[in-house]
Amino acid sequence: MFLVLLFLLAFMFPTSTFAAESNDIIRVLTLQDYNTRVVLLGTLLLGVTSGIVGTFMLLRRQTLIGDVVSHSALPGVAIAFLIGEAVSPGSGRSLHWLLAGAAATGLLAVVCVGIIRRYSVVKPDAALATVLGVFFGFGAVLFKTVQELPTGNQAGLQQFILGSASTMIASDVAIIAKATAVVLVLSLLLFKELSILSFDEDFAAAQGWPVGMLDLGLTGLVVGITVIGLESVGILMVALLITPPTAARFWTDNFARMTLVAAAIGGASATVGCLLSAMVPKLAGGPTIVLSGTAFFVLSMLFGTRRGIVQRWLRHAANRRRIGRDDLLRAMYEIIEARLVSADDQSATGNGLNISPSLSGGEATEEESALFAKQAVQISELFNHRSWSARRVRQVIAAAEREGTVRMDSETGWRLTSSGAKTARRAVRNHRLWEMYLISHAEIAPSHVDRDADDIEHVLGTEVIEQLEQLLASRVPPATVPPSPHPL
Amino acid sequence: MESARSNLDSTAGEVVHPEWSPLSIHDMTVAYHRQPVLWDIDYDAPPGKLIAIVGPNGAGKSTLIKAALNLVPTISGSVAVFGGQYRKQRGRVGYVPQRSSVDWDFPVNALEAVTMALYRKIGWFRPVRKHHRQLAMKALVRVGMQDFAMRQISQLSGGQQQRVFLARALAQEADLYLMDEPFAGVDAATERAIVDVLRDLQQAGKTALVVHHDLQTVSEYFDEVILLNLRLVASGPVEEVFTTENLRATYGGKLALLDQVGHRMTMRGEG
Repeated sequence: MFLVLLFLLAFMFPTSTFAAESNDIIRVLTLQDYNTRVVLLGTLLLGVTSGIVGTFMLLRRQTLIGDVVSHSALPGVAIAFLIGEAVSPGSGRSLHWLLAGAAATGLLAVVCVGIIRRYSVVKPDAALATVLGVFFGFGAVLFKTVQELPTGNQAGLQQFILGSASTMIASDVAIIAKATAVVLVLSLLLFKELSILSFDEDFAAAQGWPVGMLDLGLTGLVVGITVIGLESVGILMVALLITPPTAARFWTDNFARMTLVAAAIGGASATVGCLLSAMVPKLAGGPTIVLSGTAFFVLSMLFGTRRGIVQRWLRHAANRRRIGRDDLLRAMYEIIEARLVSADDQSATGNGLNISPSLSGGEATEEESALFAKQAVQISELFNHRSWSARRVRQVIAAAEREGTVRMDSETGWRLTSSGAKTARRAVRNHRLWEMYLISHAEIAPSHVDRDADDIEHVLGTEVIEQLEQLLASRVPPATVPPSPHPL
Repeated sequence: MESARSNLDSTAGEVVHPEWSPLSIHDMTVAYHRQPVLWDIDYDAPPGKLIAIVGPNGAGKSTLIKAALNLVPTISGSVAVFGGQYRKQRGRVGYVPQRSSVDWDFPVNALEAVTMALYRKIGWFRPVRKHHRQLAMKALVRVGMQDFAMRQISQLSGGQQQRVFLARALAQEADLYLMDEPFAGVDAATERAIVDVLRDLQQAGKTALVVHHDLQTVSEYFDEVILLNLRLVASGPVEEVFTTENLRATYGGKLALLDQVGHRMTMRGEG
């Protein structure tokens, strides 16, 4: 991850400058500066906490509220500065004071959204967008005013827009640490309460949980963490709230684990982004942190173990292999079955070999498996049986051989192994049960069912098979393989 | 729903709600945002019965349940659960919301979803313990879902999800169950499982009010029926009330004026 970003940076800056700065980079990376350590600690705490709060926010589907809060904090900063300067010049720059202003307008914006939703016919998304636009616009106007003041230029309010982690000082980190601790403890205490609120609000309310209060509490946490992060990350703070839990969802299906992973990703994004912007002064803190988070998101989306793209693709491929295997075994079984049945017909009065495979009870008997395993099936027969390409047949056979369900008989012929014969029997049976069901219950023409059954038989679970057996019990004695309901 | 507030509590003491009735509704009128309206509902549920709530779409069946649970505000009237205020009797009421009311992609498994029923008993800030999970597991066994306890809820079929919801209500160990369309879109196995659970509940002396869509199975599954279409058309034992005449009155279109005025009332709050 880190290397990828470094690589990108190498493109952005000429190598010569990069080399000249390598001394600084080493200093940053080895945390030699007291200042670097302070800044890192601050952003790390911030990232971890926003990962946790963001998880609740995401699952409660309140992500846009985060957006509104971070944008609406802006006018608060400017107003606090202006009031502070008016009361006593110089005091407007106190971080406490500025953050209080940010929290005030952030909360006010949330209240406005609530009022609009409650008392007007404006749709919820429009309410959010309207409030965000108004507050942010107002903030931009105020910022312009501040900059035109004699003291305004050095006030450093700009950092509240793009964020500037590197200017953080120890006292800032102390504020962040305290606030983070509060937010962290609250979210852990309320874990159970917030999860039932997020999953099923009506049920929670019926149980007597104060749903409105809990929602307010969650909004309070979001406002709190956004305001705390405003100085170092800026209004993009909302991305640090949303990206880590969204990325975490690719790794787990468990709420608690998702929260942990989101915390880890949040912390890592903040750390990486912060280090990068410390090494390259041109990189603004907030956006760099957010882009690091985005990189984690992309990696999670690709490689996440639960729903990552690669993992889905692998599962799809495994599924395809299994389908190919089932189809091959079924084809071999049917070819052998046809031979046995015709041999049986011819010698019906002869040697008394009366093996009709469709009539042997129970799981495939050893005798029956052996009978099927004795027969070799030529590849040419497989071509006749199914419209497979030569390449597909080679692939499928190779896979089945590795799996131990078929073995080579001669240059051109293959046999089922005894375990292969059992699997084949099961596949054929499921396929035919489904076909019979389609014909008798869904009234689909026998000539059509083969294709339909082909697609569906691979997803039939044991529960469905049991139901099929019950429905068809009158025509299929238990655990026998019924004859195919259509000519093969 | 955060604004769901009740003005029932003040009047609950004045009206006589019979204590024998698990759910007693007196002269209740509901009009709330885009929810359907209910007019002047008077109903005392008999104890120990399986009661179907039947009516066309938009008749206010879900609203009746939600109003009884205090989830939507009422304009007038009062509701009592076992003769007392709902707020004080919560522990005796189990709720099965509509399956479509939640996001099934939520990162919990079936067991964790059922355990949520016990959160209130566990109380603020306290963690879930092993014996809570065992109770939840027992509820899953009752609906035949024990094999799916560790399955992520999004990977369950619709019927299995419905059984998880039912198990969650069972884990509450309630005396009155309110179920919103538990039979909607479920497989045959789930339908059987739900019916078995309902019979068990009745044997144990519990009462269940169930919003039900399938008119064909009403007399097979239920003892009593409530016919609803913006107002209560009829209620009582199935064999007496579930008549062609009553059904025609219930399904024969909405009462135009009732609907119109109701619509105006829901619009009132929205300017």
